[in-house]
Amino acid sequence: MLGIKDPWVAAPYILCILSALLCVVWGILKWNKGDNEEPEEEIRQWAEEEDRVEDEL
Amino acid sequence: MVSIWMIFVVIIYLFIVGYLGFRGYKGTKSATDYMLGGRKVHPYVMAMSYGATFISTSAIIGFGGAAAVFGMSLLWLPFMNIFLGIFIAFWLFGGRTRRLGLRLDAHTFPELLGRRFQSRFIQGAAAVIIFLFIPMYASAVLTGAAKYLAHQFAIDYNTALFVFSVIIALYVVMGGIKGVMYTDALQATIMLVGLTVLLFMTYHRLGGVTNAHQMLTDMADKVPEKLVAGGHQGWTAMPKFGAPLWWVAVSTITMGVGIGVLAQPQLAVRYMTVKSGKELNRAIPIGGIFILLTAGVAYIVGALSNVFFNQTAGKISIAVAGGDVEQIIPMYLQKATPEWFSVLFMLTLMSAAMSTLSSQFHIMGTSLGRDLVEESLNGKKKGHGVLITRFGVLAGILISVYLSYIIDIRFGKTGTAIVARGTAIFFGLCAGAFLPVYIGALWSRGITKSGAIAGMLCGALSSLFWMTFVLEKSSTALLLCNKWFGTRSLAISVVDGSEVLAKTGPFIWAFVDPIIISLPIAALVTVVVSFFTKELPQAHLERCMGPST
Repeated sequence: MLGIKDPWVAAPYILCILSALLCVVWGILKWNKGDNEEPEEEIRQWAEEEDRVEDEL
Repeated sequence: MVSIWMIFVVIIYLFIVGYLGFRGYKGTKSATDYMLGGRKVHPYVMAMSYGATFISTSAIIGFGGAAAVFGMSLLWLPFMNIFLGIFIAFWLFGGRTRRLGLRLDAHTFPELLGRRFQSRFIQGAAAVIIFLFIPMYASAVLTGAAKYLAHQFAIDYNTALFVFSVIIALYVVMGGIKGVMYTDALQATIMLVGLTVLLFMTYHRLGGVTNAHQMLTDMADKVPEKLVAGGHQGWTAMPKFGAPLWWVAVSTITMGVGIGVLAQPQLAVRYMTVKSGKELNRAIPIGGIFILLTAGVAYIVGALSNVFFNQTAGKISIAVAGGDVEQIIPMYLQKATPEWFSVLFMLTLMSAAMSTLSSQFHIMGTSLGRDLVEESLNGKKKGHGVLITRFGVLAGILISVYLSYIIDIRFGKTGTAIVARGTAIFFGLCAGAFLPVYIGALWSRGITKSGAIAGMLCGALSSLFWMTFVLEKSSTALLLCNKWFGTRSLAISVVDGSEVLAKTGPFIWAFVDPIIISLPIAALVTVVVSFFTKELPQAHLERCMGPST
């Protein structure tokens, strides 16, 4: 295939292109999707509080 | 050869790099800015920075040259890089790392692991591993770049080393991760253009895709005897299953680098620089295309250089380069491409080196400043975070430059051989020490603090042991095995004056990458120790991973 003798070498050649295409398709489909931007305020405060306590200790 | 054009282009390039570094400096007000770009980095910048950090000059020159010897079987590595190193990494690892980093307010990779397992020891130990071993990796890249620049501009090696390091030092120390990532994005764009043009030139010159590959296939009878004995079956065929070359291609190059990339701290920290999961999704196509057109191209062009040299000189690439693998790509560029392209490609290589080095220096600084001095050793003083980290970056740069400077003078060929293994040693160590613990941190509630510590230490030690005493490439360079046991690898014995390789079934141990040994050991130890030790508090687990379902 494509002048490459061994299918085990033609495979990664094709797979490189296909996986890059997968990345592109994924990006297009999920362009505006994703998890929340900020964690809940409560958790942030908790994290800050814990840091403060650790520092004091 | 130095031309006015070359100097002019380099000056413009350095001005733009300087401007981007300055923008990073102006935009850095807090420790989060300095270490994580304020967690608001643009997806294009993040993806290109990730890719450029990953692809160094050695990936283009070294691996491109290796592809000229091994052939296109090495394309399994760019496939792993795109599918695992970008798609799986950004999709599965990226989102979880970003969320966990936010929940724990972690600024560095060691801090993420340390806080996740409530262990300052983990944070400190991870930082020590990074700070001790990344200078070797950085020094390998730095030495290569300084040698290349010294040759291109006809200047002294030490001058090239000094000037090059000062330029990078300026924008990393001052601009922090913003300076690093902005310049990375520019450098990645240059690399993308340079290598894409090279791919089109090569296929055009050799009569198109299928024709070029076919000519390479038809050259199978020109493989040198020594390589045939090692299992080489032509440049468009896999090496013979279980032969030494098969082990190098599959275990060291494809698995060692392909899987090892998931646990590279300087890459993992980039997931925490973006604002939301949306940015990670948008970064996936950019990263995928970048790796295809950089790493993929270097390997294809490296392999096809054999066809070009066969047509023009009647020899294969490695013969034309006089046996020096690292000379194959530079010689191919010199002979097969027009002069204007050599200027573009010089920028491509400079960019590849600078982008990798800047991130290495930055992570050395954060490991020393943030993880060791501030957190692990309790040296935290409010408002001094950025300052300590800047000193850490400077210390990291000085160590790497010193290594690159002294290695030639003090240790000659031996030193150069050790530094040349720097990249592989760092990859192997990170995979063993960090990967199972990192996966556990992201997905498992059952991994305990003791389990994580035991797994990390066993992974690091088994990896170091394997590289020092068994894997022939590194054990030969490190010399310790020969000094203590009188053989360059414990898996090689000398019988009647000739070397005999230890084998078990298809395993030729001297060629088996440490990742194949240390990863299962570290994973097993992490799970087993966790099973018998005290779980982390439920409240902490819920804070890290949300309520259990």
